[in-house]
Parts: sequence; structure tokens; C-alpha cells
Amino acid sequence: MRKLIIAALLIVVAYVLIDAFAEFQFGAERQGIKDYFLEHTPTDLQVANSVTAIIVSYRGFDTLGEVTVLFLAATGISTILYRRRSKHTGLNPLRKSPEASLIVKAAVKLLFPMILILGAYVFVHGHLTPGGGFQGGAIIATGFLLLLISYRQFKVEHSVVMWVESLAGIFFVTIGIFGIIYGPNANFLENFLPVGNLNELMSGGVIGLVYVAVGFKVAAELTGVLDTLVNIRETGDNKETKE
Amino acid sequence: MSTFAFIFLLFSVTILIIAAFFAAFKKDLLQAVIATSIISLSLAVIFYILQAPDVALTEAAIGVALSTIVFVLTIRNTKRMEE
Repeated sequence: MRKLIIAALLIVVAYVLIDAFAEFQFGAERQGIKDYFLEHTPTDLQVANSVTAIIVSYRGFDTLGEVTVLFLAATGISTILYRRRSKHTGLNPLRKSPEASLIVKAAVKLLFPMILILGAYVFVHGHLTPGGGFQGGAIIATGFLLLLISYRQFKVEHSVVMWVESLAGIFFVTIGIFGIIYGPNANFLENFLPVGNLNELMSGGVIGLVYVAVGFKVAAELTGVLDTLVNIRETGDNKETKE
Repeated sequence: MSTFAFIFLLFSVTILIIAAFFAAFKKDLLQAVIATSIISLSLAVIFYILQAPDVALTEAAIGVALSTIVFVLTIRNTKRMEE
């Protein structure tokens, strides 16, 4: 009976979705806004990656909102789940699980700097190649995750995380306010720097600066979240399931 | 879209659907989570073929690595088997 109801509901949902998507012609021309962006980002802002120009420049205020949402999510997770590590051992409480093998440790030692460089490359070149602050920050957090799960004695200093993410956020908002003061039309996050030439690293005005700030902020936030989740075992709330 | 890209797209979609069924019906939650990360991986490939490399990069970093490890850590602290 229950499965029948579930099946009926799924069929209804499928019908609604098919009905909604039937009118879409994927890949067909619908609005002129795509052409506007494709035409104007290389000439106005000298940015090769139009997606980046839209996210940071044309709708930069929304990006500030997204960064704020991520910040609030990270703060909430830390508030609910963060526990101090025990005083006498000072170790990562993963010690209850078996030690990571030599192969994993050596591979992580080799991979970690490369992942860090890849992440930094992705957010520094956000206006030239695919990627940007969020992607680069997530890649850097992946590198720290490898360190966290393979080296028991590795600690993430939450004060450092807090400082990095606060300074990056302040930097973002400061650039936005500079846009109000120095920009030609006095808008938030408006470009006030020289735009340079297409396909050069120093092009696009403030977009590169904003993405460096977003990259640091996302990397710090996600690393803090992962460290909190990895260390959750110390609470002792789940002792009965373990023994 | 070239023929090769189209065949690769069909291959990715097939893997995605199989992994989605696996994730939905498996009682072992750890296996279901791995299937979810396979969904993300093939979704990243699909995004790349459909010329959305930015989204593909996000999906690869967040979907394959970070959200999978968050689920695995959660399972480690709760129960592995679905009841």
C-alpha cells in the first residue's frame, strides 16, 4: 500500500516535470540577454570568462549574499557541533580508527601542495579560465580534508580560520564600498580600476581582487566545517553504538 | 556536438541513472553515499560536455569530494544500515 502511494506520487511529480519541461527547447534562442553579456563582457570589462563577469560584476551584490549564506551555514555548524579537543591527549580523536597507511600518508604529502596550487590557480585565474572563488576555495578545502583524515596530529587552528574568513569578508565589502566612492556611476562593487587587456592576468578590474577574497573566504569556511565534522567523535555521545 | 561527445554523453547519463537507482534502493548507507558521488561525477562530465565548465568544476569539487565526505562522517557517527 505504502509503495503504491509512493509510486502514484512519483508519477504525478514526473507528469508535472514533463509538462513543465516540454515547452523548453534546450539550446534554442529564448532571450537576448545571453547575447548582451557575450557581446559586452569582452569589450566593457575585458574579461574572457563571461560567467565570472556576470557573477562578480553584473550581479555582484547577489554574490555577497551567497557568501553571507555560506558564512552563516559554517557558523551554525560550528555552533552546534564544535567541541574542544581533549586536554590530556591533544590528538585528533580519529585515533580510535586505525592509522592511515604509509601509502596514503606519502600520497597526501605529495598531493597536498599540488591541490593547493591548483585551487589558487583556479581562483586567481577566475576571469580567464573556467572557475572562480567558490571552486578554488572548495578545491583548497579538499586538500586540507586529505590532511585531516590521514594525519592524526594535524590540527586546524580555528582562530586562524576565523581571522582569514573575517579579513576576506571585510576585503570584499571594502572593494564594494570603494566602488561607491570611486566608480563612475557610484554603484556598489562597481569597477574603479583600469580594465587592462583581454586575456591578461591583470584584466577585468576588481573581478580578480573580489575572487581572491571569495577564494580565501570559502576555503577557510569549508576547512573549518570539515575540521568540526572530523573531530565530532570526541563528544562521547555515541559511545553505546561503538562498544 | 560531435558523435564521440554524444556517445560519451549517453554513456554518462546511463551511469547516472544506474547509480541513482542504486543510491535510492540500497540499504547500506555507505554504498548509497558512494553511489551519490558517482552521480555527481557523471553529472560533472555531462556539464562539461554541454559546455558549462564552471558548473562542472563546482560539481566536481563540491559534489564528488566535500559532500561525500560530509555524508561519510555523518554515517560514521550514526548508523550504517537503513532500517
